Amino acid sequence: MTTAPLLSVTDLTVTYAPPRRSGSLGTGAALAHVDLDVLPGEILGVVGETGSGKTTLARATVGLVRPAGGRIDFEGADLGALKGRELRTFLRSGQVQLAFQDPLRALDPDLTVGELVGEPLAVAGVPRAERNQRVSESLGLVGLDADSFRDRYPRQLSGGQRQRVSLARAIVTRPRLLFCDEPVSALDVSNRNLVLRLLDRLRHDLGLAVVIIAHDLSSLAGVADRVAVFYRGRLVEQGPIGEVLQKPSHPYTALLTASAPSVQQENRLRPDQVRTPQADASWDATACVFASLCRFAHEACTQQPALRPVPDQPYRTAACHVADEWRRDLNPTHQKGTR
Amino acid sequence: MSPQPEQTLWVERLDVTVGAHRRAAVRDVSFTVGRGEAVGLVGESGSGKTLTCRSVLGLLPPGVEIAGGRVRLGSGADEVDLTTARRRTWDKVRGVRLGAVFQDPASYLNPSLTVGHQLAEVLRTQRGLARGPAHARSVELFTEVGLRDPDRVFHQYPHELSGGMLQRVLIALAVSLEPELLIADEATTALDVVVQAEILQLLSRLRRTHDLSLLLVTHDLAVVADTCDRVLVMYGGEIVESGPTEQVLRDPRHPYTRALLAVASIGDWSRRTLEVIPGSPPEAGEELPGCRFAPRCRDAVADCTAEPVWLTTWPDENRSARCLRAEDLESVGGPS
Repeated sequence: MTTAPLLSVTDLTVTYAPPRRSGSLGTGAALAHVDLDVLPGEILGVVGETGSGKTTLARATVGLVRPAGGRIDFEGADLGALKGRELRTFLRSGQVQLAFQDPLRALDPDLTVGELVGEPLAVAGVPRAERNQRVSESLGLVGLDADSFRDRYPRQLSGGQRQRVSLARAIVTRPRLLFCDEPVSALDVSNRNLVLRLLDRLRHDLGLAVVIIAHDLSSLAGVADRVAVFYRGRLVEQGPIGEVLQKPSHPYTALLTASAPSVQQENRLRPDQVRTPQADASWDATACVFASLCRFAHEACTQQPALRPVPDQPYRTAACHVADEWRRDLNPTHQKGTR
Repeated sequence: MSPQPEQTLWVERLDVTVGAHRRAAVRDVSFTVGRGEAVGLVGESGSGKTLTCRSVLGLLPPGVEIAGGRVRLGSGADEVDLTTARRRTWDKVRGVRLGAVFQDPASYLNPSLTVGHQLAEVLRTQRGLARGPAHARSVELFTEVGLRDPDRVFHQYPHELSGGMLQRVLIALAVSLEPELLIADEATTALDVVVQAEILQLLSRLRRTHDLSLLLVTHDLAVVADTCDRVLVMYGGEIVESGPTEQVLRDPRHPYTRALLAVASIGDWSRRTLEVIPGSPPEAGEELPGCRFAPRCRDAVADCTAEPVWLTTWPDENRSARCLRAEDLESVGGPS
């Protein structure tokens, strides 16, 4: 890849409160040693289950949590090194924006759509006249008629409209990078693709890089260029979305694709082909994060593998000791069925 | 009609109205669930799928009423008419012969009692089991629904369990009194894909081992594809298509089902287009002269909006569709 990344995350570790008593789950490291780039103008999908660290990645990048280690570089500048006034100026500039998961709860119920969308500009100190004009422009970009929506309150909007307002608020500062946390999980199928299409259009119209956080693979399949798969705070695989979903290198990615409900019943990997029936608790903390569920775990897996290039697949990396081998060990009667 | 196998649930011409103006939210819905059969009820929000399932459970919110039709559970001597049931009848049916699990398991459990206590209590009050046997049976049920370390889970409070574990507890509660029918209303929607697959597998297994009928209410066609024998597709308060899951998904006869298949998340990783259905679904109670999908349908003709469209049935295939053009669209192969 020749383009310089817009966002470059290196060895990022984020820790919330350590476990207070033994036996409780403890939060431990929410993200551990994550390396990830976002290129200008691309759509990157971030998938993983609850607690896999996908939202933490977004929160750390926009400055809502302070990393315990590692670097976050945005357009070549180290965000972690920013302090006080510099940090505030950067945050208020709105170059990196985050659209929250639940727009109804993220939008202040006492503010009108116009006020909500204009708020980030007010914070940045943009004069009122210009603000109004940019609010209209922003609402127009997300496909809402500014005149009829400006004076409405969030409760007077449908789920899809609320999601659009949330996006309008995020893009009003003309960001270079937009994080969307589960933008479509609360929407019906008809609205879902409308919002995804909108994100695709915004990326073209505004030259925006978009990171879509989702737990649903198929909503990403139609829109993202690349996908990064997280499991328990680790980035386990990343690469072009079509290749990753159709021929996963990491057994966890394979478990995800096999578990996704599908209308196509033939040629499918089944979840039990890649996972053990019960989690094996004997693996200790230094082991591969997926070892306890992995059918292909062996001695080498007692050490968490680093993210390495997948053989013969440029642009793809996976953190697995058997990344290119586990398919050979699939039950041969099912071998034909795997893609 | 061909001879029917034993039916667990009959819903006949159900009409449900909403609000003081009695706007029709569910119109003329008829279907059956056979013994041991799994039926999927699919639709977007506002399609009437949840009101249909709440009518069966007798859990309609205030202001929502059954305006017509009948709902019957069981057959022969065990048959009860749920539309006319009083409190006393409901006590013997709901939770006993009818089990249900919903989207948000945490809100159906008492946060200040251990989950084991809550399950054992049901067994003690409803089955008259003593403390010891109730405990033993609870642990057995927890094992059956795939909870690891059931003895420990028995003594845990809801907040100590993950969403997937809570849903398993709810399923254990729902099947504890050996119901005839289990209703799962978006029961897997809030779960991660891996857990969702496990729960769906569990439901299918319980269905076999307990000879349970299953009514699965979901917005996701793919969930139905994996789990159900038959599918009912609802749109704007009406059933627009029904039939064996495999056939309906392979060769849909209603344009809405076709559109849903084109936009839904169906596990096709190579698909790189994002289709949309233009327009939005009708509001509950909105009166439209003909087919309720016609304004959004690309195959609509003048006749579609002239008068109400009835279900066309193909009895030998056990299929039906509410579309005037079902047959002529099929004869030309239908749009892809």
